[in-house]
Amino acid sequence: MNDQTPTRVERSAKLKGLGVSRKRVEDVRFTQGKGNYVDDIKMPGMLFGDFVRSPYAHARIKSINIDAAMALPGVIAVLTAKDLEPLGLHWMPTLAGDKQMVLADGKVLFQGQEVAFVVAENRYINADAIDLVEVEYEELPVLTDAKVAMAPDAPVLREDLAGQESGAHGKRKHHNHIFLWEIGDEAATDEVIANADVVAEETVYYHRTHPCPLETCGCVASMDKVNGKLTLFGTFQAPHVVRTVASLLSGIEEHNIRVVSPDIGGGFGNKVGVYPGYVCSIVASIVTGRPVKWVEDRMDNLMATAFARDYWMKGRISATKDGRITGLHCHVTADHGAFDACADPTKFPAGFMSICTGSYDIPVAYLGVDGVYTNKAPGGVSYRCSFRVTEAAYFIERMIEVLAIKLNMDAAELRRINFIRKEQFPYDSALGWEYDSGDYHTAWEKALKAVDYDGLRKEQAERVAAFKRGETRKLLGVGLSFFTEIVGAGPVKNCDILGMGMFDSCEIRIHPTGSAIARLGTISQGQGHATTFAQILASEIGISADSITIEEGDTDTAPYGLGTYGSRSTPVAGAAAAMAGRKIRAKAQMIAAYLLEVHDGDLEWDIDRFVVKGAPEQFKTMTEIAYASYHQEIPGVEPGLEAVSYYDPPNMTYPFGAYICVMEIDVDTGVHEIRHFYALDDCGTRINPMIIEGQVHGGATEAYAIAMGQELAYDEIGNVKTGTLMDFFLPTSWETPTYTTDFTETPSPHHPIGAKGVGESPNVGGVPAFSNAVHDAFRPFGLKQSHMPHDQWRIWTIANDLGLHG
Amino acid sequence: MIPSAFEYHRPADVKSAVGILQAQGDEARVLAGGHSLIPMMKLRMAAVTHLVDLQDIAELKAVSIAEGKVTIGAMVTQHMLIDNARLAASVPLLREAALQIADPQVRYCGTIGGNIANGDPANDMPGLMQCLDATLGLAGPNGTRNVKARDFYEGAYVTACEDDELVVSVTFDVPKGGHAYEKQKRKIGDYATAACAALIEMDGGTCRSASIAMTNLSDTPIWSRSAGAALTGTRCDTEDIASAVTAALANINPTEDNRGPVAFKMHVAGIVIKRAITRAIASA
Repeated sequence: MNDQTPTRVERSAKLKGLGVSRKRVEDVRFTQGKGNYVDDIKMPGMLFGDFVRSPYAHARIKSINIDAAMALPGVIAVLTAKDLEPLGLHWMPTLAGDKQMVLADGKVLFQGQEVAFVVAENRYINADAIDLVEVEYEELPVLTDAKVAMAPDAPVLREDLAGQESGAHGKRKHHNHIFLWEIGDEAATDEVIANADVVAEETVYYHRTHPCPLETCGCVASMDKVNGKLTLFGTFQAPHVVRTVASLLSGIEEHNIRVVSPDIGGGFGNKVGVYPGYVCSIVASIVTGRPVKWVEDRMDNLMATAFARDYWMKGRISATKDGRITGLHCHVTADHGAFDACADPTKFPAGFMSICTGSYDIPVAYLGVDGVYTNKAPGGVSYRCSFRVTEAAYFIERMIEVLAIKLNMDAAELRRINFIRKEQFPYDSALGWEYDSGDYHTAWEKALKAVDYDGLRKEQAERVAAFKRGETRKLLGVGLSFFTEIVGAGPVKNCDILGMGMFDSCEIRIHPTGSAIARLGTISQGQGHATTFAQILASEIGISADSITIEEGDTDTAPYGLGTYGSRSTPVAGAAAAMAGRKIRAKAQMIAAYLLEVHDGDLEWDIDRFVVKGAPEQFKTMTEIAYASYHQEIPGVEPGLEAVSYYDPPNMTYPFGAYICVMEIDVDTGVHEIRHFYALDDCGTRINPMIIEGQVHGGATEAYAIAMGQELAYDEIGNVKTGTLMDFFLPTSWETPTYTTDFTETPSPHHPIGAKGVGESPNVGGVPAFSNAVHDAFRPFGLKQSHMPHDQWRIWTIANDLGLHG
Repeated sequence: MIPSAFEYHRPADVKSAVGILQAQGDEARVLAGGHSLIPMMKLRMAAVTHLVDLQDIAELKAVSIAEGKVTIGAMVTQHMLIDNARLAASVPLLREAALQIADPQVRYCGTIGGNIANGDPANDMPGLMQCLDATLGLAGPNGTRNVKARDFYEGAYVTACEDDELVVSVTFDVPKGGHAYEKQKRKIGDYATAACAALIEMDGGTCRSASIAMTNLSDTPIWSRSAGAALTGTRCDTEDIASAVTAALANINPTEDNRGPVAFKMHVAGIVIKRAITRAIASA
């Protein structure tokens, strides 16, 4: 080698592959306002659609009069259920096997429900026309509490289900009941708990909230009647699924439907479901022959699109006197709103709630979930978490704290003695999951040491003493959380959505001069796929990430995939990318062997080239190989360098982490201050540490919001009390805590590059950390359980109920 | 979130603005910074047929400090209040309070006049003006009349300002003594759960005068004469402050909302008032 040859270190650095904190390539356009979102799309002749929405949570519709609205110049159409009925589109199937009204059919079941769809020349005319649609309602009794909804004499919400004794997930036991989903051995669990030394019982409510992405939901539907093609631009987290569903619903052949997800301004689960706005826009475009745009405003988004959580979780946990957990029983009353539109894999109507045994070696457990209808908006999506994993993590992390109180034991120590041990992996949980890998004790010790846990406990004891002496009115809480996630749905054998298996895909095309384009079945909503998938490929195929274009979201060009949610992109599509890259390399190896006149087996891969073993001066770089693949006749090898992989993961991945929150609480005002938040994540192989850190900051901030104030609150007649950002808490930079991030790295044994996914961990692990900090501050004064969100008045109420206001 | 159609007016002087108000009656509203009115119009909770934008009226953007008197034009933004060094030196209370209104972007647009004139009990400037015993200048068809801020508010969104009048200025004496503006809120940009302005003048360890006003604890701002009286003439020790707090709390009537129930608000109000008084005494 001469001096001009780049060293291995230089060649490796040039790739910007795995482990590099590569800057996000997306940010160049986003930070300059050059993103292309749905509402940026303008088409010739485009009309605007918007909804007349119900002001009532439960009412019969006596009449709808559209005459005055239709008389307004510029109004093109006003659609009601009557117009959709002949098309069979006044109701639509939900992702959970229920059906949902597209436009109110005889009655409304939640405030903000879509009643009529007004189509007009512009938004202004539309807004005026909405005011002119006259709807006569007869109010009906309202149910906003899932527990009350199951009372024998509760009003019937879903009259359309009269006489149906079973639904998509088995038997219904009440007219407002959707399903009972059970897993585990209840008899054995009950027996263990009945005979245990110690049992702790608690009801843990995880309140209703909303993902509230920066960009609301919307679409532009354009039916080209000349060539019979429907194009649908939309805020879709799963564009391919939308295409298939649109085809099944409309009867338009799938090749005639093109679904495009352009830039998306955050999803967090909110953009997984199918909304009436999409259906109405498509119908309106077919009817008018013109493109129709529908974009929600903030209030529409909060009131009517998919909520998250709303789980009443009743738990019993048993242990030996010295703190070994022996059993766990959990019953959930799940408020699904007016229609069961949860976005879960079909066989899991409560998602992966059965990860509720958490990070602990619990020999026997039972979970039962009753899904219930109420007069609230449908949804039940996974708000920055894998399916119901945040509920599960919050439940078990509260139960551990409650058990620690009962045992009069330190909660960190209780966790430590019950963690699944490193040598137990792969670990079969009592509720049927196979945890792939973990080293919980190492992570926990690292976390406790990093925050000086023993020092904090000493400080806390001193603070309590000072408080009792009247020297301070502030308490100190140390919130512990250790979580295990279950992400990367998922193996097609048990994971599907409406029968569509949850594999994912990657297609790579190497260009002759050594750059590449890769397309995937996922769609970034801010996760930075264009940055990180290129890094995976760079390490696999030896082409710099800067020379690889990543494309997603256009169903005409991207390979079929199930989309982005549940931290599945890296575990599934990321694996597909690695596998497709390996196919590229396998072909490249044959080409290199021919060019170097050696046998395939005499070559070895070295960063960006194939090298003849023992003769490092003889090599062919991937760039040279790419050129040859197109422009040189290679006997027995097809021209070109392309590969495609459809990846069906053998198992889920199980990221884990240890989060600790140190919080100061003013007992008199309920005001809190986060003094320190430490987040240790183990997401397996780390692709881009900077993006991981960004994901942790974002997810922890959402967790902070949820735990400390964010709530979709309803009054007793079903009015949404938090329908604007004045009342629905989104923290600004001012409220947002600062975070200390840390990591351990335990690769997944079954993922091609050992990666596990990270985007949702901070929401899953963060909520219990913040909530436990509040509980911990008041533990010395006898607090056992208090429901989130811990906003100022609720914290003040805890103090008041404990007699701390003198 | 789209308002009904309206006619847009942009007069260049107060007289023209008043003329439009006079011609259009209660169908017209003046627009200052727009942070209250425009959201209400977008929600179609305020029906405005004629919108009279005041931004071109230069005479409403003046600040003068002379002979112990401060006069501030209605269109002076919160940002200008914060940024004006002479004002900050003369009336530090005003700057302290303005910094607690919303966020910088809002403060670039939001004006002192709009904040005062809208009659929103959650706005900070009304209580502050009552604390400072400011006089509001109202321009109408017959010229300008003066109304004390302490007499201006009649109920939520109901003020002494007639349909054909607009608030053009506020005037008050340069305050003496110590000051504080204490505000508890849920987040940046939120209205107060409870807020209190305090101005206290001490003379050799004895309180010469005390002015205490509260925000968002009733359907109007509340200036508590009795709270001030409880402190005046005392040494302002712990018991005197407690009496003042008790007196102030007797004047308010908060209602339950998403910020919390009444008992919580009363408790927090007590804390906020006490902190404001204590801090004002400390800086007197």
